[in-house]
Amino acid sequence: MLTTVVERLKIQFSNSILEIREFRDETTIHIKKEDIVRVCAFLRDDESCLFNYCSDICGADAYSPENRFEVIYNLYSLSYKHRIRLKVFIDESDLHCPSVISVWPGANWPERETYDMLGIIFDGHNDLRRMYMPEEFEYFPLRKDFPMMGVPDSIPLPRK
Amino acid sequence: MGLEHALGDTALTTTIDSAINWCRKNSLWPMPLGISCCGIEMMAFAMPRFDVARFGAEVFRFSPRQADLLIVAGTTTYKMATVVRKIYDQMPDPKWVIAMGACTSSGGMYRTYSVVQGIDQFLPVDVYVAGCPPRPDNLLHALLMIQEKIQRGESKSTPMTVAAERQEQQLLQIQGINNN
Repeated sequence: MLTTVVERLKIQFSNSILEIREFRDETTIHIKKEDIVRVCAFLRDDESCLFNYCSDICGADAYSPENRFEVIYNLYSLSYKHRIRLKVFIDESDLHCPSVISVWPGANWPERETYDMLGIIFDGHNDLRRMYMPEEFEYFPLRKDFPMMGVPDSIPLPRK
Repeated sequence: MGLEHALGDTALTTTIDSAINWCRKNSLWPMPLGISCCGIEMMAFAMPRFDVARFGAEVFRFSPRQADLLIVAGTTTYKMATVVRKIYDQMPDPKWVIAMGACTSSGGMYRTYSVVQGIDQFLPVDVYVAGCPPRPDNLLHALLMIQEKIQRGESKSTPMTVAAERQEQQLLQIQGINNN
């Protein structure tokens, strides 16, 4: 089933696909950052794809000089019961990434979480506030250079 | 309060104190703060099998204004710390605090940026309960220890001294005059 999806993508977006990887029956496709919304909209609407459920969006920090961050989209089709994973590289110099809430409204909170934990700014997101950490918190805890015990006094405690 | 002002520490007032403390320890009204898995054990502690009613503390109040024993049962994050403190501040004096479980007492296995490494950083804790989560029996034991403390007239919370109370009343009176 997924070979058709991959073939369809290859025909439609030959210039947007950076890499296609297959590992233990899971397909991962690297997409150019600027094309992610178009690719997502296609995957949702195309008759042979129908990825109508965005099960999760998360981020990763490779701590490398180039393409430090990744945004990972896990998609599922409730009609065909197949899954696909999309990845987008984000460089540290440009932390912006297009938001896909226009494609799946349910992507709202996962994108907020990714912003909260890694500091990736989703352009076009309507409510990009912090999810878990206090609003006045200045750091991004899931980055590799964040100390595990946190920055002392960065979150105020009530007076004893 | 009035009797102590008039008589000081005499045989009459200390006997009354002792009687009042006996009443207090046998009618504790806990404020349950089940903020993670310890909360389940705290519920078991209130249910018939362990039955905290045997010790007179079965009236779980979900309003801090009607409680005098705060049971903090669960991992307290920095974000939650403000809430816990606010609930504690809303409780009337005299009041006591049980830190239930490893997370609450010391951060436990959550040695990380988001979890307060022990609620005694922002609350005066009377009794710590070990365990992850503690057995309900363990929490009962903590309750008995609190009762002993009450009988001895001890509390980690700092009730107002007579002088401070007078000062505040004066201040309130002055403010009242200004408002009128």
